[in-house]
Amino acid sequence: MKHFVSRLALASALSVAGFAAHAANTDITVAMQLEPPHLDPTSAAAGAIDSVLYSNVFEGLTRFMGDGSVVAGLAKSWDISDDGLVYTFILHDNVLFHDGSTMDAEDVQFSLNRARADDSTNAQKALFAGITDVSALDAATVVVTLDAPNGNFLFNLAWGDAIIVAPESIDGIKQAPIGTGAFKFANWVQGDKIELTRNDAYWGTPAVLENVTFKFISDPTAAFASVMAEDVDAFVGFPAPENLPQFEADPRFQVLVGSTEGETILSTNNKMPPFDNVKVREALAHAIDRQAIVDGAMFGYGTPIGTHFAPHNPAYVDLTGSSAYDPELAKKLLAEAGFADGFETTLHLPPPSYARRGGEIIAAQLAQVGIKVQITNVEWAQWLETVFRGKDFGLTIVSHTEPMDIGIYANPEYYFQYDNPAFQELMTNLNATTDPEARTALMGDAQRMISSDFVNGYLFQLAQLSVAKAGVQGLWTNAPTQATDLTAVSWAD
Amino acid sequence: MIRYTLKRFLSLCISLAVASLLIFFVIEIAPGDPASFMLGINAQPDTVATLRAELGLDIPKLERYLAWTQGMLTGDFGMSYTYRTPVSQMVADRLWVSLPLALFALALSTLIALPAGIYSAARRGQTGDIAVMSATQLGVAIPNFWFAMMLVLIFAIKLRWFAGGGFAGWDKGLGAVMWSLTLPAISLALPQAAILARVMRSALLDVMNEDFMRTARAKGLTTTQTLWKHGLRNALIPVLTIIGLQFSFLLAGGIIIEQVFYLPGLGRLVFQAISARDLIVVESVVMLLVFAVIVVNFAVDLAYAAVDPRLRART
Repeated sequence: MKHFVSRLALASALSVAGFAAHAANTDITVAMQLEPPHLDPTSAAAGAIDSVLYSNVFEGLTRFMGDGSVVAGLAKSWDISDDGLVYTFILHDNVLFHDGSTMDAEDVQFSLNRARADDSTNAQKALFAGITDVSALDAATVVVTLDAPNGNFLFNLAWGDAIIVAPESIDGIKQAPIGTGAFKFANWVQGDKIELTRNDAYWGTPAVLENVTFKFISDPTAAFASVMAEDVDAFVGFPAPENLPQFEADPRFQVLVGSTEGETILSTNNKMPPFDNVKVREALAHAIDRQAIVDGAMFGYGTPIGTHFAPHNPAYVDLTGSSAYDPELAKKLLAEAGFADGFETTLHLPPPSYARRGGEIIAAQLAQVGIKVQITNVEWAQWLETVFRGKDFGLTIVSHTEPMDIGIYANPEYYFQYDNPAFQELMTNLNATTDPEARTALMGDAQRMISSDFVNGYLFQLAQLSVAKAGVQGLWTNAPTQATDLTAVSWAD
Repeated sequence: MIRYTLKRFLSLCISLAVASLLIFFVIEIAPGDPASFMLGINAQPDTVATLRAELGLDIPKLERYLAWTQGMLTGDFGMSYTYRTPVSQMVADRLWVSLPLALFALALSTLIALPAGIYSAARRGQTGDIAVMSATQLGVAIPNFWFAMMLVLIFAIKLRWFAGGGFAGWDKGLGAVMWSLTLPAISLALPQAAILARVMRSALLDVMNEDFMRTARAKGLTTTQTLWKHGLRNALIPVLTIIGLQFSFLLAGGIIIEQVFYLPGLGRLVFQAISARDLIVVESVVMLLVFAVIVVNFAVDLAYAAVDPRLRART
């Protein structure tokens, strides 16, 4: 019996290994933590949808590349009028949707109008707010008219929420997405995996890979096991950073450490006393030791930031010096503000480990200067209700992952309630400016303003951690947007 | 027997009705709006309002409860908020993973526990008994998720006999499915087997002092033969109760094992639905599990009557 079992085991192991070796060259299995709730990137905020479909199945007029640049997508070229209000897009011809129908200007018109409609359920409706008209001049030309110049417009069109869909296939989009990308949707076993196959009728450079399988593994230990046992070829957004040194030392694997657009901040309720006093907020900034948080909560992965901007962005200004770790200065500032004995406040922590672990460390650091923090662990749904909509909090830790989102500081209704007319004016100027140098200067001013006002505690930029088998080439190291772009991924021979 | 069955059936129906009321209203009280969760922090208030109307969240609670219960009687459990597919379809898909896993684990647990219990009872007080009882003590104490991780480390990562997790899919055949469920089933079964073995042993020890057992021994049977032939049948009632409870636990409690082995089962579905505030899925799955537990208890009650003629005659 023992003999039989070990023979059987050996036979199955060999057949599995043989199968895996043969399929390795054109197939790939990519794992990630979260499963998309459905497959329509234009009607939900879940980044997991974009992680599976962005650039693989769906495309927009413009497109993000791995280095964060915005390049032409379905739009071959464009022309912007002198007053900045009219954008004329020339589309690529011979573009087909996966069901065989042609992609033309009418589909672009349909997609943009659907996103900005009154009854739209697009999670980023604000991106389309300035559009007053979308017209199809001919099959390959689309004219979009804005109500005011918007320097962000082409950038906005690259978002996953702005991808182009077809009216013929829109009804089934949540379960059977039909896009224009280099891969076609093949199958979704809910809870388990999503399969894509190469689109041989793709209008651009075809993908190298033939079959893609996305698997969803949320447990950190299971994630480690799946990579170690070589059940998956790559894990994007690896949730167990403590294991990365082991993978780095193993020649079978490669570890990719990059940056994301996620500014992790200690959000402060600017309208709740004592945080309405800028001296108190300044004290808070000096009481925090960023590197200790990165080392303790993120195992050393993460870049400290001094303002709400991504450090890998060329327009970034390093302001970490103006909020350096200085507990004595913090105590002095608190005393000046009238809180020589400190005060008590609440700290709401959502589920991610950067919040739960980081929160414990920050609570200890704040206690050193006399600020007693009461920690409340909440789920996302509760966080949305209590902190985000209810604004009923003192402090919270969250990572803002939308790219170029410094504009949230111009919204006085946003949950941390920062109301500075000078900043709001600055943002209006920035949005209206299209000249790159002028934009960089204005972005610098914006960063300096929210830093000197100590609006929130700027902690660190979330790192993108991925592990893959050594032979996989072309995976993005950074995450300028939520995406697992497999169009240029291949196996080394 | 008929009256017995009918009385049990009536109590089944009342339990289900009360359960549905409790489940619905307790879950609906939980804070958090599904539409907000789905659209995220950048969504505008009018978008969230549109989605709420689309999902039917604006309809009063009582109306929704009645629609839900009426639907359930016809097998329609509503539409999931997050997935936008019929809940009954999602549950059916997941049951094809969780049910085989639960049955596999139950079979393993029973196959290990019954002989172990009998072996122990036959050698009461001797080395064999002490050895088995120490092993069961360990089995009861070990958390099944830790045990699962150890199995993965040894059998998947080191020996590569099994995959680290994941479900093979029914399209790959029964053999592949059973192979992918083996490690999860073992990690679920072993702690349960430990409990069952102890219950088996104590039930048998109770029975061993009965007169008919002494008669059997006097007729010439060995202790072990007596236990298998005469003792087991009489010791079955407490064992059946435990098996019934274990099945319910295995069906719902596999949630952690499903996380560790990333199996697309019922437990994982409920776990994800709770975070996403997909209330309909949570309510329907919980209701289904309550139904499964109640039905299993009903089956166990009927089994008592089948096993013990005294119950049949009385009613």
